[in-house]
Formats: sequence, structure tokens, C-alpha cells
Amino acid sequence: MNNKTRKVLVPLIAIVFGFLLGAIIMLAFGYNPIWGYEDLFISALGSARSIGETLQTMGPLILTALSFAVAMKVGLFNIGMSGQALAGWISSMWFALSFPDIPRLLMIPLVVIIGMVFGAFMGFIPGILRALLGTSEVITTIMLNYIMLFFSTFMIHSMFQKNILMDNTTDQTKLISANASFRTNWMSSLTDNSTLNIGLIIAIIALVIMAIIFTKTTLGFEIKAVGLNPDASEYAGISAKRTLILSMVVAGALAGLGGVVYGFGYMQNFVSQSASLDIGFYGMAVALLGGNSPIGILFAALLFSVLQTGAPGMTNDGIPPEIVKVVTAAIIFFIAVKFIIEVMLPKAKAIKASEATKKKGEKA
Amino acid sequence: MNVVNTLQIIVANMLIYSTPLIFTSIGGVFSERGGIVNVGLEGIMTIGAFSSVVFNLTTAGMFGSMTPWLSILFGALIGALFSSLHAVATVNLRADHIVSGTVLNLMAPALGVFLLQVFYQQGQININEQIGYWNVPLLSNIPVIGKIFFTQTSLPGFLAIVVAILAWYVLFKTRFGLRLRSVGENPQAADTLGINVYAYRWAGVLLSGVLGGVGGAIYAQAISGNFSVSTIAGQGFISLAAMIFGKWNPIGAMLSSLLFGLFTSLAVVGGQIPGIKEIPSSFLQMAPYVFTIIVLALFLGKAIAPKADGVNYIKSK
Repeated sequence: MNNKTRKVLVPLIAIVFGFLLGAIIMLAFGYNPIWGYEDLFISALGSARSIGETLQTMGPLILTALSFAVAMKVGLFNIGMSGQALAGWISSMWFALSFPDIPRLLMIPLVVIIGMVFGAFMGFIPGILRALLGTSEVITTIMLNYIMLFFSTFMIHSMFQKNILMDNTTDQTKLISANASFRTNWMSSLTDNSTLNIGLIIAIIALVIMAIIFTKTTLGFEIKAVGLNPDASEYAGISAKRTLILSMVVAGALAGLGGVVYGFGYMQNFVSQSASLDIGFYGMAVALLGGNSPIGILFAALLFSVLQTGAPGMTNDGIPPEIVKVVTAAIIFFIAVKFIIEVMLPKAKAIKASEATKKKGEKA
Repeated sequence: MNVVNTLQIIVANMLIYSTPLIFTSIGGVFSERGGIVNVGLEGIMTIGAFSSVVFNLTTAGMFGSMTPWLSILFGALIGALFSSLHAVATVNLRADHIVSGTVLNLMAPALGVFLLQVFYQQGQININEQIGYWNVPLLSNIPVIGKIFFTQTSLPGFLAIVVAILAWYVLFKTRFGLRLRSVGENPQAADTLGINVYAYRWAGVLLSGVLGGVGGAIYAQAISGNFSVSTIAGQGFISLAAMIFGKWNPIGAMLSSLLFGLFTSLAVVGGQIPGIKEIPSSFLQMAPYVFTIIVLALFLGKAIAPKADGVNYIKSK
């Protein structure tokens, strides 16, 4: 079995196992998993509107997954997507609400850039600490998620102008003006008034750009080289430190952009958060399932968007929709223990193609 | 408001909020000293809190005021069970420790809320039998000091301090502790000397499950008095921070937990105290995380975690 089929088979088997585990749990508590999964897919893909919602959900997930993938390729764990996305969301939202009259053609690039800059700054901190002092980026990104979470609460409570907040509350802002929103008439009307917006297009552009960077540019090569062996890269004249920092900056910018897309496409305002943003952790799940490759991320984001959008439909059968999150976690678990799947695979092949093994045996 | 009363409130709250952190961070110490990175402490706490609340509700009629204590033990048991997922993935199946830990964090709240819906048809549930305040016998009669440190305080808090000392003894003064540390520092060498690396790593993770389960359960039984998806929201990560801040040492973890508990205490009760109430509570809540980054970056450098922490050990045939 060659490497390519294996790369596709392992996540597929993990998905099947994840769904099976979900089915077993549903059966154990007296629910019918077939009806449950049927309603899940119907409410995610059954109408133009639900397809629009599913596609909308993909936008932020693709971007946070790309963020995780860039860091992973250079050998770093970016668990800070939640905080980076939050930084991108709140900063760009603050700008758009403070200057609501900027024309649309200027507004959208501006909020994208602002969100990416602040996200990038959140990625720069763990990057430079790791490169210069060797501080574990796993810990610093986790800590920064919470620092950003509490700081965003402080910002909306104490720094935001009173006139951009909703009346009688300091927990959410007013909605953004129509010329800042990522929603467009044609995309909404195409999908029966769903929240589908240009965020998905932005995400796909980012996906293509990253695919080109990974495969066709020096930076992509350097990232891969440092990820494989930082010492060897140094000997080859690549500055490992510079590459580490740069990748974390790019990762932060992508997650920040994810926050912008989430804010301007889906939420339309800023709401004070009590926990880390979901899109951060699910972005990690998407990247892991997609094997950190752009095309894999696209399909994985589609799957997780279907799960997320369709979950509420399971209540039709009285099934608590949280089961879908259990399935998601289970899929990632099976990806994590892919060792066991990989052990299973060649054996399965060995039975079918016994001649090949015989040859091997003769050689040995 | 008089000074003694104010200090009493701050100290008692510090101990109450530190208790779950002390247990959980010591759990983290055992896991990581054995070489298994455990970012899943948050998930373990969530499961501990959930199972203790279910146990409490089911048996409150039977056990009366003993219920919360038994619930905590039940939380420990389920915490251990849940952590075995992490153990089997990282020790036996060569999974990446960070990914596997994240799975625990994703799985726990989903499973908790799912089962809550199945059992009670609601997303949040309160318990009636809780752990209340406690006066330390004898010591609370000491003038001033007794009032500040030993009245209206937390019994689990004092138990946590005892457990920290015990954990330090186990880790640094017993054969089990020496072997656990050896598989975290150099599993190959330990294996050569006939130590069962896999068994000791399992033990470390299971201990983190037990203690993390206790931590989550205490949070539910003594602080929140309920379970919902937001009952455990970051305490597991603060415990992780406390473990690092305490340099992977049970006593250090306990002291950092107390410090972080003090920040939470000030954020909660500081509104009444001049000098503290001017600081926005967001900054007090942020402080543990900022301190951890600063300490990790400036004072500790890299050579501080157990050497083989996060490295899978694959036994050669």
C-alpha cells in the first residue's frame, strides 16, 4: 500500500470509527442513530439555506485550520488560534464601528488588514519567545488565549466608546453598518437568506495562497526544512529562528483573519466572551483531520461544518445535539492514535495479496 | 469594614478557590514527571465536576451531609477512568500528547452536557448538598490569627495542603517516586534497569486523573454548586500554569495555586476593598496567565521540564 492511499485511508477510517462510536453511544441511551444521522445531514444539506449556512461555517474553520497547519509545518503547536481570532475580531470590529462611514471598497480591505495585524501580533509573542528563549509555544499560546479573553472583556467594558455599544449593556456592541458587513445580496439570495458571505471566498483565496507558498516558494521550503530538522537547516543557511517567528506571525495573521470573517460574516457585532472561541479548537481539529494539507483542510472543514450546522437537527429525534461534539472529538482521537490504524492496514493488504508477502519472506 | 474581617474574607476565599487548582496541578505534576504531557487537565476536571454532581443528586437522600464528600471520591474514580483514554493513547498507541490532551478537553464538556440532557433533560443542574464553610477546631480560637486563617474557611483546602506535602514525599522520598521520575527523565535507561516504563507512565496519568477528578469535583461541590458547560472554564489551564509556575514540584504547584487562588479571590471580593477595587477585575483574572509566561520566559529557560516529557517511549523488541 503506497503512502498516498494511506494518507487518505487513515482519516477516512478515523471518521468511520468516530461516527460508529457516536452511534454506539446513541444506541446505549435508547436513541436511533440512523434517524439521528439522517436528520443531521438533512438539516445541514437539505435546503439551499442550510447549504448556505454550512458553507458559511467553513470560512473561519478553514482559516484557523490553516493557521494551525503553518505552525505545525515548522514544528510548532499553535493552540492560540482562539486568542488570535479574538484579537482579530475585536480590533477590526472596534475600527469598523468607530468609522462606520468608510465606503465598502475601502472598509473591507481595511478590516481584513487590521484583524490580520492584531492576530499576527498575538502569534509573534509566542514565536519570538520560542525562537529566542526556547519557551514552549504550547504553554504560551494557551496562556495567551486566556489573557486575550479577559483583555477583550476589559476592552468592551472600559475602552469602547459608549455610543458603539448596544443600549443598556456593556456586553455587546451595536451591529456593523451595511458597508462593513461581509454579507452580500447575491450570496444571501442564492441561498434563501442564509448567512453565507464573502468570508468563504476570502478563506478559499487564503487556502490557495498558502498552497502556493507551501509548494512553490522559498519560504514554504524553509518552513518545511526547519520543521524537519532545524539544525540541518541552519547548516544549509536557513535562519531557523527567523523562520519560526515568521511562521507564527503568518499563523497568527490567518487566525486573526478567521476572527474577522467570523465577526463580519456571521456575528455582525462583538459580544463579550466567557470562554475561548470555538473556532480556535475546531480549527485544530480540521487541520489534524486534513493532515495539514490545504486540500485536506478544505474537505475536513466541510465535514466539520456539516456536523456543526446539522447538529441542532438531531433534536427532532430527541437526541441532545452535543453527541456531535463527542463524534468530533472521537474522530480526532482516532487520528491521534493512527498508529493502530496503520498497523491494521498492511495486514489487511497482506491477506489479499499473499504473493507480495511471500516474496518479502523469500528475501528475508 | 475592619481589617481583620477583610483579611479573613480574602484568605478564606483564596483557600477556597485554590483548592481545586492544588489538587489538579499536583495531578499534572505526577503525569508530567512520568513523561506524559497533560494539557487535558481541563477536560478531566470537567468530567470530575460532572460525575460528582450526578452522584450528589442521585444519592443526596441516602447519605445526607456526607454526600458531597462521597461525590468527590466518585469524581476521582471517573476522572481516573477518563484519563485512561489519554494514557492508552499516549503510552501504548504513540499518540501526540498535545493532540490527545486536546481530545479530552473537547470530549469532556460535550459528553457531560449530552449525559445531562439524557438524565435530566436540561443543560444545567444545581445540587442541594454542598460543602460549606468550616472552622478549624482549637486553632480558630487564637486571637486575630485564628480569626483570619482558621474561621469560615475550607476543609478541602487544608486537605489539599496535606495532599501536596504527601505528594512531595511520594515523588522525592519513595521508590515509586524515584522510578516515576526516572521514566520521565530517561525512559531508555529506566527500561534497561528493569523498570516497566509503560506501567509507571500509566500510573502517572491515572494519578493525574484521580487528582484532576477531585479538583473538578471540589469545584462543583464547594464553589459552583452546579454543573453546566461553563462550570469548568479555564481552571484546568490555570492548574497547568500552576504546575509550570511551581516547576513541576508538588509544593511549588501548591504555592502557585495559592497565589493564583489569591488573584481569583481578589477579583471576586476585591470590589469592597480600597486599593484593590481600582484594578479592573479582568486584570486580576489575567494575572496567573501573564505571570506564567513571564516566569517561563525570563527565569526558567528550557531545561526545567522533565527531560523526556512529551516524548513517546517505543520499547524495542
